[in-house]
Amino acid sequence: MTTHEPREPEQSDLFVALSAIDEETTRRLHDRLVREAQTAGLLNVAYRTIDSPVGPLLLAATAKGLVRVAYGCEDHEKVLDRLARDLSPRILHAPARLDAAAKEIDEYFAGLRQGFDLPVDFSLARGFRRLVLTRLRAIAYGQTASYAAIAVAVGSPKAVRAVGTACATNPIPVVVPCHRVVRSDGSIGQYVGGVDAKKTLLTLEGRPAD
Amino acid sequence: MSDLTFGAAGAFTSEMSTTLPPFEEIVTTHGPTVLRVCRAVLGPMDADDAWSETFLAALRAYPTLRPGSNVGAWLVTIAHRKAIDQTRARARRPLPIDPLPERPAPSEEDRRDGHLWAAVQALPFKQRVAVAYHYVAGMPYADVAALIGGSQDAARRAAADGIAALRKTYGEGGPR
Repeated sequence: MTTHEPREPEQSDLFVALSAIDEETTRRLHDRLVREAQTAGLLNVAYRTIDSPVGPLLLAATAKGLVRVAYGCEDHEKVLDRLARDLSPRILHAPARLDAAAKEIDEYFAGLRQGFDLPVDFSLARGFRRLVLTRLRAIAYGQTASYAAIAVAVGSPKAVRAVGTACATNPIPVVVPCHRVVRSDGSIGQYVGGVDAKKTLLTLEGRPAD
Repeated sequence: MSDLTFGAAGAFTSEMSTTLPPFEEIVTTHGPTVLRVCRAVLGPMDADDAWSETFLAALRAYPTLRPGSNVGAWLVTIAHRKAIDQTRARARRPLPIDPLPERPAPSEEDRRDGHLWAAVQALPFKQRVAVAYHYVAGMPYADVAALIGGSQDAARRAAADGIAALRKTYGEGGPR
């Protein structure tokens, strides 16, 4: 905007000793902003993180539903930057909007839940990828399907590689079960959260994979 | 200072970027300084309302902000408009409004800072905003003048007069 003149040294001594804004005040103002943003329809993306057996997960939701689940290896800060670019920069840390998602995911990892009743928002996946993700939701808990079988199921039997890409770029892993897609020879294949996370999920679901 | 002001390296300078960061980052980075500015201009009682209105308005307009803009100066500009609105509203209301019942008791630090804010409150509006934007927000006088009107020299004089008055009423040096 403008070039900055150097600050005169004598000027700020009156204000130097101001104490830091305390946490309680910061939290109160932030809570109020989230509340008022929500009421005004300005909270386009809400997010929070939760702990899980596969590490910290970032959850993000639009008004339509859960739009992103991200593993720690995806770098949550970068994920939020991309959400700002791809969806909206009106993003706030607003755990309450994700209470239901957090609860269902907790229950899933505790072995108490086999399916998710959450509204999801596929805004981050388009065309063929979205088609594949929609099809993945039909693979039941504890079942697996091959990349080739999914390609057949979506009517593009030759698009095995594209199915792999759709799974690798699944914006809502765990809830949209791309971990249930394995290679035709039975080996586990790749995973957005790393092969170890995929093994953990399949083992949890009673399908120990090598 | 313990927190970044908009004059500190990194917080005020424009970064070359092509996308806007998540608004949460804006709140974390600039929230404390904007609150101090609101306290300086309006006093601690009305500062929370002004802060909230400022950030809600900023959130509304945020997607249209050009990436790489001076976010600190942008926020102070919004806060300034809110402060003018509140000052006018305050002039219209006959009795001071009772503090909000849910407002927690001020901490010891807040009470100590409160003496300074009370002294700043006693300044005429022009001096008060010049002091707040230059000394608390760390904005250069050119930006302060653009915001409050008048020349850069007038802004500098208003801030200097404000500081001189503060030294008389509040004393030399800092509160500690």
